[in-house]
Amino acid sequence: MNSSAPSTCALRAEGVQVALGGPPVLRGVSLALHPGWTAIVGPNGGGKSTLLRVLAGLLAPQSGRIMLEGRPLTEHGARERGQRIAWLAQHEGSDACGELTVRDVVQLGRLPHLGLFAAPGPQDDAAVDAAMAATECSDWQCRRLYELSGGERQRVLLARALAVSAAVLLLDEPTTHLDPPHQVAVVRLMQRLAAAGTTVVSVLHDLPLALQADRLVVLDQGKVCAEGSPHATEVQASLVQVFGGALSIEQVGGRWTAVPCL
Amino acid sequence: MIDHALGASRYGSSDDPGAARRRRLAVGLLLAGLVLALAGLAAGSDGWSWPQLHGADSALIFGEIRAPRTLGAWLVGALLGLAGAVAQGLFRNPLADPYLLGSAAGASLAVALVLAVGSLGGVIPVMAAASGLARLGLVGAAFVGAFAGVALTLALARGAQQTPRLLLAGVVVGVVLSALGDLVATVAPESLRGKQVFMLGTTGFLGWANVGVLGVGLLLTLPVAWRLARVLDALTLGEDSARSLGLALARWRLLLVAVLALATGIAVSQAGLVAFVGLAAPHLVRRCAPAPNGYTLIASAAAGGTLLLAADVLARSLIAPQELPVGIVTAVLGGGYLLWLLRQRRLG
Repeated sequence: MNSSAPSTCALRAEGVQVALGGPPVLRGVSLALHPGWTAIVGPNGGGKSTLLRVLAGLLAPQSGRIMLEGRPLTEHGARERGQRIAWLAQHEGSDACGELTVRDVVQLGRLPHLGLFAAPGPQDDAAVDAAMAATECSDWQCRRLYELSGGERQRVLLARALAVSAAVLLLDEPTTHLDPPHQVAVVRLMQRLAAAGTTVVSVLHDLPLALQADRLVVLDQGKVCAEGSPHATEVQASLVQVFGGALSIEQVGGRWTAVPCL
Repeated sequence: MIDHALGASRYGSSDDPGAARRRRLAVGLLLAGLVLALAGLAAGSDGWSWPQLHGADSALIFGEIRAPRTLGAWLVGALLGLAGAVAQGLFRNPLADPYLLGSAAGASLAVALVLAVGSLGGVIPVMAAASGLARLGLVGAAFVGAFAGVALTLALARGAQQTPRLLLAGVVVGVVLSALGDLVATVAPESLRGKQVFMLGTTGFLGWANVGVLGVGLLLTLPVAWRLARVLDALTLGEDSARSLGLALARWRLLLVAVLALATGIAVSQAGLVAFVGLAAPHLVRRCAPAPNGYTLIASAAAGGTLLLAADVLARSLIAPQELPVGIVTAVLGGGYLLWLLRQRRLG
């Protein structure tokens, strides 16, 4: 569904510094995000979700800036930004009262294209159908969000983000609440989107899944400790170090995985 | 617009089984409104009677008293129902009501001031405070007061960007202005009676001029709110998610607050502080037929009108030839409804 995304599109953080009323959460983060799948990992409180919010333009950095397609993010209009960057929050829709059906929620992903007034056209319906099919939630399109389990709800919200058909997809813990088969399905989906030219950036706590990404960014105490291929020795060493040696990175069946040191 | 609101358009789920519930509620509200309107025309101080269409007295009773009062009561309820749906959607709180942002306290302070100045200066005989020029002064004061209350809340909250700040500012303004209103009433105790009428809410003074003002108010606010319904839909995902969808949230929230203030200010200025309608109408609509906000806003207006019309008919007929203040009836009905909700164990 994102095959039209321009391959040159990239998001760049330049010296981003953020403090949320206390000590800095992000300390001069610089990062170039290209088409492909980038996973951001690191310990709790390391600044991963904050970085994603800054990248989405939802939080203004105290210093530094975000560049989208070579232009500062702040120079893009709100709607234009919404069309180019889709963002899935960590606890999105947690207070949804149930007035919206699953299809209504996914259809909200078309808002950046429709604005407040335009009626959805065939292109919008197609994007919504494709997004629901991709996360396997087409069967519940008339159900309400509060009737669904945590995992089902997460798939609907992921479909909402996909329905934007954005060139940049920022996903904060997209595999939360999902059972293993659906975690794998989401990983495959991110790989497919990345292969089609979308810039997929996901915060992940599940390290075995994160190690399947094209690139890994290790973030700790508001700083990028390492970035590069998950296969790179220095990236894996940094990963072990930021988690205090509580895990080891090993190869199982030809794939890298993280194993807790119990 | 109606097709869209009923969920028949592509925005909204056309094959949603809830669509049938939405249609049933729409038809039910329409029928209830018509039946209650007829009851409103028939209910008088001498019990239930259908006025003859000939004779000067009948024309006066029918055309100049009961008809505008019935239509006016529906319009006041519709404005409050609409304002309640906007408030609950905007603040993501099923207990939000139209008076949340200081409009009630602002209006009652303004009314207290006008009554006090009048009674201290001997201009307004207290018992006749609600007639003629005095009535016009009170209506204007209530409207200005309601708007000033919301403006003060917005100023304290530095705009409408942050929900907790806005709600807190609304509480502060409400408490302080209410206290000032009480202070005014203490200094000029003769104004208390008039203020009480205002605080309880009344539909007894609604004439065709009031109906005109209320109708214009509904025509101004309902379409704007309906056009902004997608903002309320997006807010169900959370404020950041709504912003990530390209919505200039600060601007649209300010416009929704303006709609809320206008609808509430007009309703309050014409009928005083009618309780619970703005809280209960959107609740009832969501429980009977959960739907996107486009439908909920319109149905809440219809439900608010129906509720207040029912309360008005009851207020007129329960202890006829005497009349109950309509606010007391809505408070009892609203309290009963909330109790019922409590038994259902799930709010919103």
